[in-house]
Amino acid sequence: MPQFQYTQGDRTIVPPGTKQIAVYVMGKRYKVPEGLTIMKALEYLGYRYIRGCGCRAGVCGACVTVFRLAGDYRLHFGLACQTTVQPEMYLTQIPFVPANKSIYNIDKLKPDVSTIEKLYPETFRCLACNTCTKACPMEIPVMDYIQALVKGDIKTCAELSHSCIMCGMCSLRCPAEIQHFHVAMLARRLYARHLMPKAIHLEKRVKQIKEKKFDWMLDELMNLSEAEMKKRYAEREWEPELYDPHWQPKETKYLIIED
Amino acid sequence: MQRCGYPESLQESLEKVESTRGKRVKLAKKQKYYDRLSPNEYQEILKKYHPDYAPEGRKLLQVGPNKGDLLQKELTELLQGQPWLDPDAFSKRLKSPDLNTDVLIIGGGGAGSAAALLASEQGVNVTVATKLRHGDANTMMAEGGIQAADLPYDSPYYHFLDAFGGGHFTNDKNLLRALVLDAPLVIQWLEALGVMFDKEPDGTMKELKGGGLCRRRMHSSKDMIGMEIMRVLRDEVRNRVDKIKILEFCPAVELLLDETDAIGGAVLYNLDNQEFMVVKAKAVILATGGYGRLHLHGFATTNHYGATGDGLVLGYRLGIPLRNLKYAQFHPTGAAFPEQCVGMLITEKVRTLGAEPVNHNGERFCHPLEPRDVESALIIRECVERDNGVVTPTGRIGVWLDSPMIDMIWGEGTVAKALAGKYLQFKRYGIDISKEPMLIFPTLHYQNGGLAINEWGETIIPGLFAAGEVSGGVHGDNRLMGNSLLDINVFGRRAGMKAAVFAKKRKRIKALTLKHLKLYLKALAEAQIKPTQKSPVILPDYRNPQVKAKGLVNIV
Repeated sequence: MPQFQYTQGDRTIVPPGTKQIAVYVMGKRYKVPEGLTIMKALEYLGYRYIRGCGCRAGVCGACVTVFRLAGDYRLHFGLACQTTVQPEMYLTQIPFVPANKSIYNIDKLKPDVSTIEKLYPETFRCLACNTCTKACPMEIPVMDYIQALVKGDIKTCAELSHSCIMCGMCSLRCPAEIQHFHVAMLARRLYARHLMPKAIHLEKRVKQIKEKKFDWMLDELMNLSEAEMKKRYAEREWEPELYDPHWQPKETKYLIIED
Repeated sequence: MQRCGYPESLQESLEKVESTRGKRVKLAKKQKYYDRLSPNEYQEILKKYHPDYAPEGRKLLQVGPNKGDLLQKELTELLQGQPWLDPDAFSKRLKSPDLNTDVLIIGGGGAGSAAALLASEQGVNVTVATKLRHGDANTMMAEGGIQAADLPYDSPYYHFLDAFGGGHFTNDKNLLRALVLDAPLVIQWLEALGVMFDKEPDGTMKELKGGGLCRRRMHSSKDMIGMEIMRVLRDEVRNRVDKIKILEFCPAVELLLDETDAIGGAVLYNLDNQEFMVVKAKAVILATGGYGRLHLHGFATTNHYGATGDGLVLGYRLGIPLRNLKYAQFHPTGAAFPEQCVGMLITEKVRTLGAEPVNHNGERFCHPLEPRDVESALIIRECVERDNGVVTPTGRIGVWLDSPMIDMIWGEGTVAKALAGKYLQFKRYGIDISKEPMLIFPTLHYQNGGLAINEWGETIIPGLFAAGEVSGGVHGDNRLMGNSLLDINVFGRRAGMKAAVFAKKRKRIKALTLKHLKLYLKALAEAQIKPTQKSPVILPDYRNPQVKAKGLVNIV
């Protein structure tokens, strides 16, 4: 076998001679190999996660971490699973952020500023201090989307907040006690439910399915011999790999094309 | 030019990739990729290079309905593991349940949440017990898309055909039929709940192809469709606080039967205070997800921290057969660099947008959109047999996924927008994926099979349902991209609805029992099996073994 390794599970490979650096986990000094993420550094030290660990890939918001660096008065924010340890890092994870989600029926809401005023009135206390944006580990312009909402611009808020992992750091830092991640969730749903145009082709397809117009095709497939099934699979007609708006399928028997 | 995010040792190879890129983009624009294999060639490649086709790494399963199956060693050990409870000692507790509910849903991911919504609409009380937080699930991490044949030049017929062929003709046809016919209904349901699908200005869904798909059918929300769906489902579940109760950090450790051998509930374990809780339920839905964190064959995984296959062992102890578990899905493109990201998913969407894998010398060696298992095997062949891989400073190996091709094909800024999540993740490590390729290697991604169910999510135990990754059959031996987000919604909804109906009709449960566990322990003893671990696993253990060895007590 070649000399490289690919079967190492989740254990980080630390090459011999890797430099050790000091980090302070909740004030306690440890040495860890440089280059590890905060999460893997803690596991290297013998921590076993229950809270504060989720997807381990930067999309769930479970492992948000606050830290200071030596000689730097500023607070820094990052995800433990994504942020590399740095020398003399003082860190703690924040596994939970208390916040109140409003209860609503999305169908009955109006996609405008009055809904925001009713469900999350504190949004309008925004001081435009930008502390939320600085606290966001996803580099979302949080203050900008809050300001958009204050002006009733649901669409901009929805688009700017799209990659929000709802870790809650914005809301924990906000001097106006706004609950950014919840109000942005509401904005995205309002936008998608009420402001984005509906997909007409989808509506038609659902109707065709409910009218059982495809049932005979599936009946046919389910009763095919294995050989015939394999043949149809191998011979099925391919739409071009890159989108070609002028493409038209030759086989139309199994399609329902309406205007 | 020094490519800043990559070390010196990889620069030469990166230059080669850059030097062949112009020519490759020209070909890609004309749709001329490396030739596809013919389906007849698949088996040979898989047998030689797919980790699941090697006889070593297998262990005979000696108990239960699948006795005699040769499964992956890690999976067999899970199924033959030591239960957390002693059925005799615990039987007293069963007389006074800590909680009563109509429908108990085990798992708070996509399938569990969809099930909770549909069940609550029938007017029953629902309890969702989840191992970590509500939404900590593989659903959250799905990047590429969700399939539904809703464009005029597509139909459920082709969706069925693609999935059946992709699954190597081993899929359960009844399940697959339900999947493809419900698909547009699910998309419409999600649209109405407020999921931000990528759309054209007139509302037409922007749809792409995916590996093994003959038509454009993949709906997306940038490269975070799973997160977007999960956030919306979770938000909606939380809106129904009067009907749905959420128990976080409470994984199930055993299922309970009643005196008639119908389901009776489950025993949960509160991870915060280490208390066992007995829940009596008229219907139970297993929606515990997959098993990536078992690290089959030692592979890295894309899965979330809690994906330890708990539902498989819980259901198996009740005698529910397992199906389509012979092969796990290895996603062809897991990150191989930087070391901190190893195993992390690089969505198939990168390839559907036109990027292709290239080797150490910047040469193409496979079609970018072969079925996932075939693509994985081809990448392993390029690295292991042909020695054309790229070796990282930590000794990992991979090939390049040439993402800069995307902007060259579709225009500047496409990567940053269409792959926003990945773009940010790599930027954190100084790598601009619109200008530099990513180093990739196959990673353990998906549990293709699982507990046998019918098209309503029913198992052979009355009142016990299963939905999502824990169940098996719909994808056959190999799932296609975009069919798991669909699966969790289709069967989550179906199971939720049916479980509520079952619960409403059900008479009072007289007594709870663990007799199935006694029988299972007896079978283990008769087969002279000494369990090597506790099952379910609940959480993986990544503690440094040197630190662990110095500890006095290792609780788990």
